[in-house]
Amino acid sequence: MNAVDTAPTGKGAVKLISGNHACALGAVAAGCRFFAGYPITPSSEIAERLSRRLPEVGGVFVQMEDEIASMAAVIGASMGGVKAMTATSGPGFSLKQENLGYAAGAEIPCVIVNVMRGGPSTGMPTRPSQADVMQSRWGSHGDYPIVVLAPASVAEIYSETIRAFDLAERCRSPVVLLYDQVIAQLSETVALNGAAQPNAERAWASGPRADYKPYGGDDVPAMAKPGDGYRVHTTGLTHSESGFPTQNPEAVTRNLSRLLTKLDRHRDLIDSWETLACDDADVVIVAIGISARAARRAVELCRAQGLRVGLFRPITLWPFPEAALREAAAGARAVLVPEMNNGQLRLEVERVLSDLPVEGLHLFSGEAIAPADIAACAAALAKEAS
Amino acid sequence: MILDTAAEFDVRDYLRKEMMPHFLCPGCGHGIALRALLWALHDLKIDKDKLAVVSGIGCAGRLSAYIDANTFHVTHGRPLAYATGLALARPDLHVVVITGDGDCLAIGGNHLIHACRRNLKLTCLMLNNEVYGMTGGQVSPTTSETRLTTTTPLGNQEPHFDACALATAAGAGFVGREVTRHIPKLKELIKAGLAHPGFAFVEVLTDCTEIFGRKNDMGSSPEMIMRQTSKIRPSAYNNTVDTPFRPNDLPTGILMRNERPEYGAAYRRAAAARRGAS
Repeated sequence: MNAVDTAPTGKGAVKLISGNHACALGAVAAGCRFFAGYPITPSSEIAERLSRRLPEVGGVFVQMEDEIASMAAVIGASMGGVKAMTATSGPGFSLKQENLGYAAGAEIPCVIVNVMRGGPSTGMPTRPSQADVMQSRWGSHGDYPIVVLAPASVAEIYSETIRAFDLAERCRSPVVLLYDQVIAQLSETVALNGAAQPNAERAWASGPRADYKPYGGDDVPAMAKPGDGYRVHTTGLTHSESGFPTQNPEAVTRNLSRLLTKLDRHRDLIDSWETLACDDADVVIVAIGISARAARRAVELCRAQGLRVGLFRPITLWPFPEAALREAAAGARAVLVPEMNNGQLRLEVERVLSDLPVEGLHLFSGEAIAPADIAACAAALAKEAS
Repeated sequence: MILDTAAEFDVRDYLRKEMMPHFLCPGCGHGIALRALLWALHDLKIDKDKLAVVSGIGCAGRLSAYIDANTFHVTHGRPLAYATGLALARPDLHVVVITGDGDCLAIGGNHLIHACRRNLKLTCLMLNNEVYGMTGGQVSPTTSETRLTTTTPLGNQEPHFDACALATAAGAGFVGREVTRHIPKLKELIKAGLAHPGFAFVEVLTDCTEIFGRKNDMGSSPEMIMRQTSKIRPSAYNNTVDTPFRPNDLPTGILMRNERPEYGAAYRRAAAARRGAS
């Protein structure tokens, strides 16, 4: 560990740290007390940091035998009532998908960090990529809801990690923190202010056992904590309000309908985005992560030429902030989506802005997209549009 | 009347009545194994509220739903990994894993060997019926040589696993095996496993009559269970090569017991020492 590690980490401290370090500190600030992981570049620093820090705060770190076991152990710890997280990268994220689907279906809160790398397969472990935009949403089988947050700076990794735990607990859902190798291993200053509000705590079952329905109601059901006397059954099979398996079409439809609309009822908490100079923009750039930071510079370059270019940056990537994007692009004549993959975010933007031409700028060479390249593309679109 | 303690043990006190009738086939040995487990829990006076049962996928995996406790029916092959997280996060709970031969030794084999090595306090009950019953009777890692299954129409040519030898080699602190015919002995073995301070692996040899037995002309349930007594599944130990691959008899009882440090307590001690030092 380097000297930075000995600097104060208490509330209010300002530190120069990497994105992965910020993620570890944010997790502890959010109340995470269990981490299970497996070494994988470029996320391993999160595990290394937490292997040191968690035992100091009464938590548990365990390095499991594989990626699948890490995800399983995290869900197991959360079922026991402890806030839990794992971290991985592309191929490891693929391996976690079945259990991630279990967490979505059984409604077990947990946080999964995916520091993306290119693929397919082993891809480029040490190179930046944004190739899991779609895997993070659709990687597990079946219909399920999930929250994916896409921070774009070290400071935002810290604050979004805290928000990831809060959303996981409030919505009883897995939450994916999705970022790229550039901001994972970039060092920036962060004010370690902890959570803006008190950390969200899970709603636990209370009251008589006879009245308690593990999956009852129309919203996020309160969870039974093992040891509190409710003795409920948790299963990955489709289940009724009672938590027991069922294949009764009405009971299945009822519970899955509640599950699949669950996040819709909390969009005020979940949705998050940033806009820059969209009000009069002829061209709106839509980007996340390090590509959004390059796009921010591209907007400045275009504006300096008198071209009306703006930026829409989803911070919550899924559920996609479609209403906000429609509003931001209301006056636009063209849209540009720069991303480090072969066109994934672009598909969603095309769906949301189906009446506008949507251009992609896709780079999967293992390099970050340069501001000048985005600016050139945006400028060409702006000139066509005007 | 099976044993003198049977009078005070009523299996219904530990079952979820709303889940009855159960879905096991007539003659299936899994119900016997479940009864033995519940009986052992009763003997040890383990509080149902503090009992967590984690199970995987397959016929064995479905048993957790019948137990009136905190029960978790998880993904195929992964109950030991889920249970590891649960037991580390909640050392106050008594965590039992119910798994089958396919769940534990095939898809979950990696988790088994590392659970044995890690030696976290868990009791793993592996119900070995030599077959993937729920999916219709395919060959499993413990299917005896020459046996017919829906995916070994020529007879099984693969050598089978000796799960207890595997668990012992991987470092499990407690390893034992019993047959479903000897219910009191099975109960006592499970009790010893539950009482063990580290990782305990208990293999239960149980019969799949409807699918495996029928396919192999092994007779009805009583005939299959009687076969367990003299030579336990001798066909499983027929040597198909010159050098014996396995001994002819499958040993039962406690096969390994040591008191090496339990992982969870060791971790918590080291963490407390770190906190004290800082």
